[in-house]
Amino acid sequence: MSKLEVPPKGGFSFDLCRRNAMLEKKGHTPKSFLKTGTTIVGLIFQDGVILGADTRATEGPIVADKNCEKIHYMAPNIYCCGAGTAADTEAVTDMVSSQLQLHRYHTGRESRVVTALTLLKKHLFNYQGYVQAALVLGGVDVTGPHLHTIYPHGSTDSLPFATMGSGSLAAMSLFESKYKEGLTRDEGVQLVVDAICAGIFNDLGSGSNVDVCVITKGHKDYLRNHLLPNPRTYVNPKGFTFPKKTEVLLTKITPLKERVEVIEGGDAMEE
Amino acid sequence: MATVAESERTLYPYVTGSSVVALKYKDGILMAADMGGSYGSTLRYKSIERLKPVGKHTLLGASGEISDFQEILRYLDELILYDNMWDDGNSLGPKEVHSYLTRVMYNRRNKFNPLWNSLVLGGVKNGQKYLGMVNMIGINFEDNHVATGLGNHLARPILRDEWNENLTFEEGVKLLEKCMRVLLYRDRSAVNKIQISKITEEDCTVFPPFSLKTYWDFSAFKNPTAGAPGSW
Repeated sequence: MSKLEVPPKGGFSFDLCRRNAMLEKKGHTPKSFLKTGTTIVGLIFQDGVILGADTRATEGPIVADKNCEKIHYMAPNIYCCGAGTAADTEAVTDMVSSQLQLHRYHTGRESRVVTALTLLKKHLFNYQGYVQAALVLGGVDVTGPHLHTIYPHGSTDSLPFATMGSGSLAAMSLFESKYKEGLTRDEGVQLVVDAICAGIFNDLGSGSNVDVCVITKGHKDYLRNHLLPNPRTYVNPKGFTFPKKTEVLLTKITPLKERVEVIEGGDAMEE
Repeated sequence: MATVAESERTLYPYVTGSSVVALKYKDGILMAADMGGSYGSTLRYKSIERLKPVGKHTLLGASGEISDFQEILRYLDELILYDNMWDDGNSLGPKEVHSYLTRVMYNRRNKFNPLWNSLVLGGVKNGQKYLGMVNMIGINFEDNHVATGLGNHLARPILRDEWNENLTFEEGVKLLEKCMRVLLYRDRSAVNKIQISKITEEDCTVFPPFSLKTYWDFSAFKNPTAGAPGSW
């Protein structure tokens, strides 16, 4: 009985999994990937939404990036923090950000947080959890401030305060003990900073600095490296000099010339 | 012969207690635990006392398998009894009890038949405060504040932030209540029936159980899908 060649309907193709398992048995070690073992938080205060994130990206036990950006731009009034596989969070937020921009051109209106939410959850559910992105989405639109969490399998929650990532329990313990309704901007930022610091100092997957993003109606403040609680303790004041200078044997400078002459008023391009 | 011995090893816990949280304060040690015993995912027993005084100078709190905790209490009973029989005016302090328990736990683990518990030991002897922890694989250490199980993830960050050397009794209780409240919100095997106990140089008291007040009136909880109809 011959097999019908059916084109894939969507999602990932797992054809190479058997090959990979065979290679692993033969001793080939698979490459590890960059994860953002992370602390990301969001909370709703009286005028809008505050998002916070740490800045450590890990590759297994090694810190691959000491100061990465985990608060991604979605729309002028919507930002999204991402935990999980770094490539997945980057790609999925970039993709939905462009979709939102096209939608804005189409409708002529400011993007709504539920639009970003629905686009993200549809995509993640479609890939059945294989796109490992756990997101905290926050923004202020015409209907008011919103804060949502989105899990890798596509489920969402709508909450007054939320935490995700490996440091989520440490951050959540601080939120549960100190959050109240109607926080002012300063109190909210302080609480977010406290929660991220709890993640940074109590979770091994989170570290380095604190990023904060405050979104209110018609205005946003992206505070990159708002707090640096882990400065380098010993820095050589002389800086670093390479031991031996490279010898210059020959110097030849070739200026780049214009090769193409632009003719004004030529024919239009062929379609 | 080998097959008979195989069936006598502890493979999984059955009735388990959730976290214990403890801290050193000005006059001694304060320890808190809830009174729940879960049978898998059912909350089977709601009046289990998981904080027990041992001898004159020690307080023991346990999480994990309750039957193993009762066995440990029997061992310690015997230990304290033999110590009293010497009648030499000396009595076992918290450091000694901790050392004994570490040996017991580690030896059982080496025989692949562990006592499935995480134990918190606190006490005061001759003015010296002591707070330590032993778990089922024999890891033991002492610190100014300890927690078992999920308490390590939820309570330790709060304690690291807000503990200081000179807590009064009231401040210590407030801090423990804060930790137990977060555990009540976020640990599925927690029960709202908390016991706090304190031990000082003079005496050891296990206070009667009480329940914590919880707050559920956030406006976002009242209508969570106001902004996103269809989700939850």
